[in-house]
Amino acid sequence: MVRGFPKGSRQLVSIDPINARGDLRLTRITKSYGDFKAVDDLTLTIPKGSFFALLGPSGCGKTTTLRMVAGLEEPTVGSIHLGETDITTTRPYQRPINTVFQNYALFPHLTIFENIAFGLRRRGMKDVKEQVDKVLSLVELPHLAQRKPTQLSGGQQQRIALARAIVNRPALLLLDEPLGALDLKLRRQMQIELKWIQREVGLTFVHVTHDQEEAMTMADTIAVMNEGKIEQMGSPADLYDDPETAFVANFLGQSNLIKGKIDGNDGDNLVIDLFGQKISMPKKRSHAVDSSLYAGIRPEKFRISRTGTAVRGNTLTGGRIEDVSYIGVSTQYVVAMPWGQELMVFEQNDDGVPPFDKGEEVIISWEPNFTFGLRGDEDIEAGTEVNPEEIGE
Amino acid sequence: MNMTLPKVRVPYLLLLPGFAFLFTFFILPIANLAQTSTQTPISGGDTGQYEQSFAFSNYVNAFLDNREQFARSFVYATLATIFALAIAYPLAYAIAFKAGKFKNILLVLVVAPFFTSFLLRTIAWKQILGEEGFVVPTLRSLHLMGQQTTITSTAVAVVAGMTYNFLPFMTLPLYASLERIDPRTIEAAGDLYANGLTTFRRVTVPLSLPGVVAGTLLTFIPAAGDYVNAAILGSPNTKMIGNVIESRYFKIVDYPTAAALSFTLMAAILILVTLYIRKAGTEELV
Amino acid sequence: MSTKIKDASIPTIPFKARLSRWFGRNLLRIYMIFGFTYLFIPVAYTFVFSFNDSGKSNLIWKGFTLSNWQNPCGAPQICNALGNSIKIGLLATIFSTILGTMIAFAIGRYQFKGRSSSNLLIFLPMATPEIVLGASLLSLFLVFKINPGFWPTVIAHVMFCISFVVVTVKARIASLDPRLEQAAMDLYANELETFRRVTLPLVAPGIAGAALLAFSLSFDDFIITNFNSGTLITFPKFVYVAAARGIPAQANVIGSSMFFLALAIVIAGQLVNRKKAR
Repeated sequence: MVRGFPKGSRQLVSIDPINARGDLRLTRITKSYGDFKAVDDLTLTIPKGSFFALLGPSGCGKTTTLRMVAGLEEPTVGSIHLGETDITTTRPYQRPINTVFQNYALFPHLTIFENIAFGLRRRGMKDVKEQVDKVLSLVELPHLAQRKPTQLSGGQQQRIALARAIVNRPALLLLDEPLGALDLKLRRQMQIELKWIQREVGLTFVHVTHDQEEAMTMADTIAVMNEGKIEQMGSPADLYDDPETAFVANFLGQSNLIKGKIDGNDGDNLVIDLFGQKISMPKKRSHAVDSSLYAGIRPEKFRISRTGTAVRGNTLTGGRIEDVSYIGVSTQYVVAMPWGQELMVFEQNDDGVPPFDKGEEVIISWEPNFTFGLRGDEDIEAGTEVNPEEIGE
Repeated sequence: MNMTLPKVRVPYLLLLPGFAFLFTFFILPIANLAQTSTQTPISGGDTGQYEQSFAFSNYVNAFLDNREQFARSFVYATLATIFALAIAYPLAYAIAFKAGKFKNILLVLVVAPFFTSFLLRTIAWKQILGEEGFVVPTLRSLHLMGQQTTITSTAVAVVAGMTYNFLPFMTLPLYASLERIDPRTIEAAGDLYANGLTTFRRVTVPLSLPGVVAGTLLTFIPAAGDYVNAAILGSPNTKMIGNVIESRYFKIVDYPTAAALSFTLMAAILILVTLYIRKAGTEELV
Repeated sequence: MSTKIKDASIPTIPFKARLSRWFGRNLLRIYMIFGFTYLFIPVAYTFVFSFNDSGKSNLIWKGFTLSNWQNPCGAPQICNALGNSIKIGLLATIFSTILGTMIAFAIGRYQFKGRSSSNLLIFLPMATPEIVLGASLLSLFLVFKINPGFWPTVIAHVMFCISFVVVTVKARIASLDPRLEQAAMDLYANELETFRRVTLPLVAPGIAGAALLAFSLSFDDFIITNFNSGTLITFPKFVYVAAARGIPAQANVIGSSMFFLALAIVIAGQLVNRKKAR
């Protein structure tokens, strides 16, 4: 460093990425590796202060997107803004953005204290000790300050990685599958803690995960990604109740998708023909582009009744119970329909009705408002399971 | 357990043949060398005949007579180690982090020159840089070098030869420890406001320290005892302690002095190495 | 597949930033090219001058000929020296690999009293300068009135190769997942079968690597050999002695052949490993 040069004077230069604050805007981002487009013409705005999740299977481009925001990769084309500052080509260390890395990437040669102090020292902060102590008590591990990372359990390492990032008070905190290495119980606990910490410190969190439950538990807004593009974005409830594509319908929870035809209008509703049986659904919940569509219904929205009983709402007759699994809070049925499709039904065990037996003839019914409509040319298997080649990334 | 051998004995049985061999042909010779080092010539005996007389003055004389060569050996070896480190570190770093799928092939290429006899390679350098090679006449005709200046038969040539010959010994351990570094820790440093240089200084170097220690030892030790580079590329003015020991044995047949010199060299190296490991060890080896 | 039409609404990255980034990314690659050039200059020189129509002293380029390659034994003593080096190398490799592998298994697989002093005994020969190893062994042979020659040289080579074998094989053993052996025992293999069917095949690449290392160390050794071989001529000794008068081009032929042979073995080994990994 040049002597006599005031400390931090570099930050007075006209562009000041390190102090940039505001919404994160990705504009028409593409990242190609040869012919392969990991991220394909992505545009996205993440509002300041939100807990945002990028959800998708391995290889969908979510981690690449995160790395471009962190500055670890550079987009092939497109721009990234934080507030009014263009940070597309600034180096990682010039961005007010910190990452909780997958597997944490704690420095093995430094103590926990020095790991957390690393970013503060680089920026020439004065009250390092005080700030590190404060963040260590926030993650409830003040007694581990002098240990080395290898002496910590997975859950403790996770918290230290979080502490190391948030101690810098970044404009944006990126979490790359932060809970992937933890067991189920610890993961649940950390999900709640992360959410709490986010509210406590009031930072923008961007969370990348392939675990839909994790995304739904924590995030205000979820963007579901597939093959480098965003399939759908919205609150967890919006995505679950009104998925726009088969991929989203299958990736978030389970869905029954039944092939049908739009047969006419009835006020605000559409009349749909499903293999000769007529049902209705709200027009605004249909994403079909022509008369062919898939009618989608979540398994827990179905009701089952014995043939001959009177039922309300949409009904489908001629089903036969194929399989019954009792799992405590609910009973799961597989119902074979006359057109050969098997539907999944989750019944709450709360109405005192004895469970149905295998082979029984039943009627399936549901509220028309719970129906969602997908384009008729969709691949209804999309998002049901991860491709074998994608396992292990 | 249904084994014919009680389990405790297995490791000792495995060690026995190898250690018996090392004891006979490594420990015993060293002990014998210590014994030889304090002998004096039998009065009235032939050249090469000595008797034990606990003449520790052999050490004093051997050291005093060859101070210059000792000093030269350690200076040359230190220089060669520093140059090898400077050349090998970026090379190992590039292979570990920038080579992608070519990593293994490049590693083979680092070791590959080692397969051509090192004497042949050293002689090749001598001829490339010698009076009849193409480098010297070219530099002279461009007036970049005086008409009387030479490259071979100088200290520069000896140090350069050692640097070259021990480069793989430096590169491989460096590569091994650099390759073990999780690239995410380097990314994490960048994420935590460390620029390239700071990341290198605060994260990469400390994490590769075991490789630096191993590489410098593997270079320094053989370099300090080397005499081939000095014999081929040097002149009488660049004689190292190895050259002295060699000629004491073969030309002068002065075994006690050769032994005393060997012992002094070994002791000096061991002391330096121990100090060095201590020093490096305090800097938080992983 | 990718459309090359320029879309003005897509923001692009400024050229200057791209250029500096390209340079930053490729600086090390450029360095790598220089580094490897430096490493290979004498190898290339040796290879080129193996085609020199030089007569006795191979110092100045006198014209291209294949005769050195057609008649590699043309220089007096050279093939005798080469044969000695190969014989010594093979024997040293076999003995040092067997002894070293046994030690590596003892140290790498068992906890026992004296384990750390065993490690020290392995480390010491590597920390001792070659000239001291060679000189001390010669003194011992002289005490027992053993004349330097073929077998003393083999013994000397085994002695300094053992440590390198131990270190190489031990590294491989340390990288083995102990659960594999536990799984084998779980599947009804006893200790001996586990060793033969699981441990040994998994450690084999390490042993092969150690043997290759031992052979190249032995084949290339000059200092220790010079002390213990007496009048026996090995290839490095031949080169060293001939260097005073200018080495014959046949030495370049043999040096280059060894280079290509070793390279072929290593690359073949890598290919086999890669195939096995699939």
